[in-house]
Amino acid sequence: MKNPSAGDNEDAVLFQPILRTGRWFYIIAALLLSVSLWGLYAYTIQLRYGLGVTGLNRPVFWGFYITNFVFFIGISHAGTLISAILRLCRAEWRRPITRMAEMITVLVLFFGLGSIILDMGRPDRLLYVIRFGKINSPLIWDVISISAYLTASTIYLYIPLIPDIALLRDRVTGWRRRLYSFLSLGWTGTERQHRRLEIAIAILAVMVIPIAVSVHTVVSWVFAMTVQPMWHSTIFGPYFVVGAIYSGIAALLVAMAIIRKVYHLEDYIKTIHFNYLSILLLVMNLLWFYFTFAEYITTFYGNQPAEMAVFWAKVTGDYWFYFWAMVVFDFVIPFTILCNSLTRTIAGIIVASASVLIGMWLERFTIVVPTLVNPRLPWPQGFYFPTWIEWSLTAAFFAAFILLYMVFTKLFPIVSIWEIREGRERGVAEVEERVRSYLPGLQGSPGGDSGEGEPPRWGIT
Amino acid sequence: MPRWGMLIDLDKCTGCQACVVACKQENNIPFSTPEEAEYGREISWMRVMTIIEGEYPDTKMRFMPMLCQHCDHPPSTKVCPTGATYKDPEGLVAQIYARCIGCRYCANACPYQVKYFNWFEPKWPEEMKASLNPDVSIRPQGVVEKCTFCHHRLQKVRDQAAADGRELRGEGDYIPACVQSCPTQAMIFGDLDDPSTRVSKVSKSPRAYRMQEDLGTEPKIYYLKEGE
Repeated sequence: MKNPSAGDNEDAVLFQPILRTGRWFYIIAALLLSVSLWGLYAYTIQLRYGLGVTGLNRPVFWGFYITNFVFFIGISHAGTLISAILRLCRAEWRRPITRMAEMITVLVLFFGLGSIILDMGRPDRLLYVIRFGKINSPLIWDVISISAYLTASTIYLYIPLIPDIALLRDRVTGWRRRLYSFLSLGWTGTERQHRRLEIAIAILAVMVIPIAVSVHTVVSWVFAMTVQPMWHSTIFGPYFVVGAIYSGIAALLVAMAIIRKVYHLEDYIKTIHFNYLSILLLVMNLLWFYFTFAEYITTFYGNQPAEMAVFWAKVTGDYWFYFWAMVVFDFVIPFTILCNSLTRTIAGIIVASASVLIGMWLERFTIVVPTLVNPRLPWPQGFYFPTWIEWSLTAAFFAAFILLYMVFTKLFPIVSIWEIREGRERGVAEVEERVRSYLPGLQGSPGGDSGEGEPPRWGIT
Repeated sequence: MPRWGMLIDLDKCTGCQACVVACKQENNIPFSTPEEAEYGREISWMRVMTIIEGEYPDTKMRFMPMLCQHCDHPPSTKVCPTGATYKDPEGLVAQIYARCIGCRYCANACPYQVKYFNWFEPKWPEEMKASLNPDVSIRPQGVVEKCTFCHHRLQKVRDQAAADGRELRGEGDYIPACVQSCPTQAMIFGDLDDPSTRVSKVSKSPRAYRMQEDLGTEPKIYYLKEGE
């Protein structure tokens, strides 16, 4: 690096959230905390009286909690997967958004796991899945895959944080200085440390992609491995992965918009970032529609009575509202906004992303519940109304997620400072060199001072 | 090794619910309230379902006793994360209450909806507590339970046969409570692999069928179709 500390004021705005905290932060945090505590109260009631306090019954054994589980695990694909793909593709525009994406993943995974614990009749026996775990159960595949993902994602979040923690270490005093000194692992920014850092990131980025794909695949297999109508589907694996990436990108876009606004990062997170990512969102939108259409039309043509009972329950029956709301929120609204460059503005993209998040939650709900309500045998016919306990715990999970995310932005830079600097100092020259190498007759190297002699790589910028 | 199975002659079933009561009494099934039962929370390992055919006034009601089908390929045991539900060597689909984590995955995977969850702490009226069956464990809140084919009775008769120094018979020794209580003897029980038992003979009747045979679950409950 040729200019490791280019003036203390450079990127000052990125340090601001950590060094100064305004009144609004505390007001919003208090609000979110009270919603979370309310959820905690609801959970103590559920623990004391049993799952009977929920709206669950026979045959609808799963409801909001499992819907939330699938939804949260889906959101987790925002981060690590997207960040890893962008890094591997050497997409230079990734720099300001990877950290916030990775943080979504790590945090939201805890809420996915938490949803499972909420759903358990005996949370005190949680560790039985390790003690007595049977590999033939798709739930055990989930345990393995999600813990691998959580571990890899946490390391993948932490490793690129080290140089930034070191930057912070030199700017604060007191307990935070001690915390940062500990977490920065003695980082001084030498060339050797940088090389190791980059190798570690590259290895993790490659590792994390198959794990991420496996995570949502096995989540879908929890349903697909049963013989229940409209669960037992071969496309569930890829269908869920597509839905997960789709909702993940939407969550990332919403986070980007809020962070940009609240922390005044307009210079870092620009329209171009929203635009590129929203095109990816549009691609996932079309893929999601394709999978959904394939799933439903195959069921319709197969015309098996048990499947059709669920099909009609969704399309015209008791769940028509959820189903068509899903189609509107998940496909119609985002597609209309995103396919037109006039509406694909930051405001438009936020509307589209929020719509996708609502739609994807509804999608998870319409997968979990209507099948259980319409079992193969006509008795018992089911119905499901969530109680205030389930609503409260759902609200509490969303609130606690946002709260922890806010707290993270106060402890660590939500935009990777060293990567931004690296982009300025090396990225620009590297990209120019790379583009030159694509073309005939431009072998010279005007940006030669990047000095690494690195071979040109494939990728997009 | 016997393969225990049951046969229910629907021609003989009067819908009297004696099997339902016998099962509840035998297996310490907790009481429910009308509201909870309405909400689908009642536990009843054996239940008599009704099928109403025709339009008023030409209606006909048929009865269908439903219990765990004790499949040879149970979809529920495959998905259990802790092995709390499993098929034992004699083909009974069993549940270890102390190992069940209450995820209800087995209940969702079962295509017959015959697994039950303890939504609340089990309750009995005070007067009933003395009549609880000491051979059957009481299930705690938060676990799944199901028909065991009165497996505790099997343990008893097996011990008895051993004490008498004889083989356990494929028929007659071991009888679940529902079969024993049926006033019209619509239900028979025994070893399906023993060609001398009535259950294995009658199960080959052209009237015999099993529920949702097309799912490949190989249930061990046979039904005899009603004649006209």
